[in-house]
Amino acid sequence: MALPIYATPGQRVWHYCYMAFCIFVLFFLVAPLIAVIPLSFTSTPFLNFTPEMLALDPDAFSVRWYKALFGICSGVDDSASTMCHNKWMTGAGRSLYYALCSTILATFLGTLAALGLSNQHMPAKRAIMALMISPLIVPLIITAAGMAFFFAKVNLSNTDAGIILAYTILGMPFVVITVTSTLVGFDRSLMRAGANLGGTPAYNFFKIQMPLIAPGMISGALFAFITAFDEIVIILFIGGPQQHTLPRQMWSGIRQEISPTILAAATILVLFSVLLLTTLELLRRRSERIRGITPH
Amino acid sequence: MSTAPATIDGPLLTADGVPLKASLEKSLRRSKLRALLLVAPPLLFLIFLFVIPIGNMLTRSVDDKLINNVLPQTFEAFEAWDKESEPSEAMFEALYNDLKSAEKTDIGKASVRMNYALPGWRSLVKRTARKIKKMEPPYKEAFVKADDRWLDNTYWLSLGIMKDKRTLGYYWNAIDRTYDFDKNVIHQPDERKVYNLLWWRTILVSILVTIACLILAYPVAYLLATLPMRISNLLMICVLMPFWTSLLVRIVAWMIMLQQNGVVNDTLVAAGIISDDNRLAMMYNFNGTIIVMTQILLPFMILPIYSVMKTIPPSLMKAAQNLGATPTLAFIRVYMPQTIPGIGAGCILVFIVAIGYYITPELVGGKDGRLIGNMVAYHMQRSLNWGLAAAMGTILLGVILLFYWVYDKIIGIDNMKMG
Repeated sequence: MALPIYATPGQRVWHYCYMAFCIFVLFFLVAPLIAVIPLSFTSTPFLNFTPEMLALDPDAFSVRWYKALFGICSGVDDSASTMCHNKWMTGAGRSLYYALCSTILATFLGTLAALGLSNQHMPAKRAIMALMISPLIVPLIITAAGMAFFFAKVNLSNTDAGIILAYTILGMPFVVITVTSTLVGFDRSLMRAGANLGGTPAYNFFKIQMPLIAPGMISGALFAFITAFDEIVIILFIGGPQQHTLPRQMWSGIRQEISPTILAAATILVLFSVLLLTTLELLRRRSERIRGITPH
Repeated sequence: MSTAPATIDGPLLTADGVPLKASLEKSLRRSKLRALLLVAPPLLFLIFLFVIPIGNMLTRSVDDKLINNVLPQTFEAFEAWDKESEPSEAMFEALYNDLKSAEKTDIGKASVRMNYALPGWRSLVKRTARKIKKMEPPYKEAFVKADDRWLDNTYWLSLGIMKDKRTLGYYWNAIDRTYDFDKNVIHQPDERKVYNLLWWRTILVSILVTIACLILAYPVAYLLATLPMRISNLLMICVLMPFWTSLLVRIVAWMIMLQQNGVVNDTLVAAGIISDDNRLAMMYNFNGTIIVMTQILLPFMILPIYSVMKTIPPSLMKAAQNLGATPTLAFIRVYMPQTIPGIGAGCILVFIVAIGYYITPELVGGKDGRLIGNMVAYHMQRSLNWGLAAAMGTILLGVILLFYWVYDKIIGIDNMKMG
């Protein structure tokens, strides 16, 4: 990408314009997320940078919104810091619970599907694959509407089980995609070798195939997890007041009383996503290494 | 004969004496069966909790059974009527019998349905149903006493729209058309036209977002594909980070950036580009929807284009220039045509996702940034006109499945990659 020494002035100008454009686009992608972080430490209840904050006045910054987020009550009326009833924390707990349960189910079912679909003798492979991935394509609003009617009929609306099942549907396609793509590089003769050495199919699967496709399973599981953890449309349609998740709390925060608490939550979620992204990148490298594909 | 050695003219046998062909067939069958057994549980799970619920909802878009079950005798009497003379005593008697025997909640639901056909039905039926117990023959007089609109033939005539158990009325409503009393399709009166505008806006927003994403994504994808791996991996984080961050967090972040006192306006004012009382309105309107959706969907465009560009050998550009092309010409004639699969994949993906968007327009769109997805939600949750919501959902789903099919034909679902 570097500019050769023999470049003409025109080429130089063009090159710098091009670089500036690319930097602008990358900036456009991450700037809003980065702007959230300093603003979450504001000491005012407003969502904009005050002149004091821009002057880096220490008094303009505080952790009061983080305290509010974690439910540490400290006020004039209440001298000791105590945990008080806090919808953010209970919401995060709910989200975590739904995300974990649905991720386990989705990883199990998605891996089964991927194993079956990567069998070369599988009939109607393409159609089934298209169907398995369709929950990613169908707009969430339509999925949510369909499930709302159906779950009401089978007494699953406003229940934890209903939400976990719905999130499993959303997470499954990710696992199918990631596991299928790790299976592409899978050497089937390893399984035959295992069988030849006397391993039962189940034993061979757990000892040979699973360790090799594990990176795909884990990255699919991460996608499923983050999808369930962030999900807002379905919960609005099939969740009752008991199913108050973190995104729901953010939703009502945005629509009703928008306060910097939401920025504190957003900052933590941004850091959380960086953590997930790093995990995924490490997994990808590991997968490439053990499958013997070197990055070029 | 326990073991038969394979002879040259006989069929090829396996060690246990079965013809090889049969043995292979058997093993193939077993392999197929095993694959099917693996796929069955997730597939059934998906069919029961995803395909059937959605299919079920879609049937609501043509369903008109309820009213026919509530008012069976009325519709019979209606069929016997000549549609010109005053409504007869028999028709009122039939209506009386129906209203008397129906459940109260069903009458309520039916009256809501009748109100879609002709505004006014709901109050008319409600007021009459309240007095139905005290009514005595002759029913015509009793009904007219309850509400004198019963003499108005238009109410009776509008029953013609609802007499069938299946109706396409909701679909026509979804594109600003309706039935007249003879079931001919006519335009809605101007003050009730809302949906065509929304359909066009949805398509316009999806196209604009797709184009904006393409313009922004192409150069960045090229940069990522040509930089050395070490640096491009680092820049890739910029692309993937928004992808992994919660949708609501991204929307909040944009609110901070774009609001009246937001970062962008503050910066522009500080730089002297705009004056303090001329701050740009970039949020809660059409612009807000476009800007935020573009940022949210940009990774969906960058990633497919990048993965195609990765496979193009750089030597081709050098060869073209060696043969006398200028760098620009080489880029346009040699490099760009090879990236078309990536462009196609990215565009279809972004378009499909954009067209069904609901959360983003709801939160940042304001009044003129709402899309058809918001209307589906509105009719699902607020107005409870489920037939119309289902009809709009079906049309939307149809468009999306068409593009999905095109995507599968051109690129192949199994080539979909993430991260």
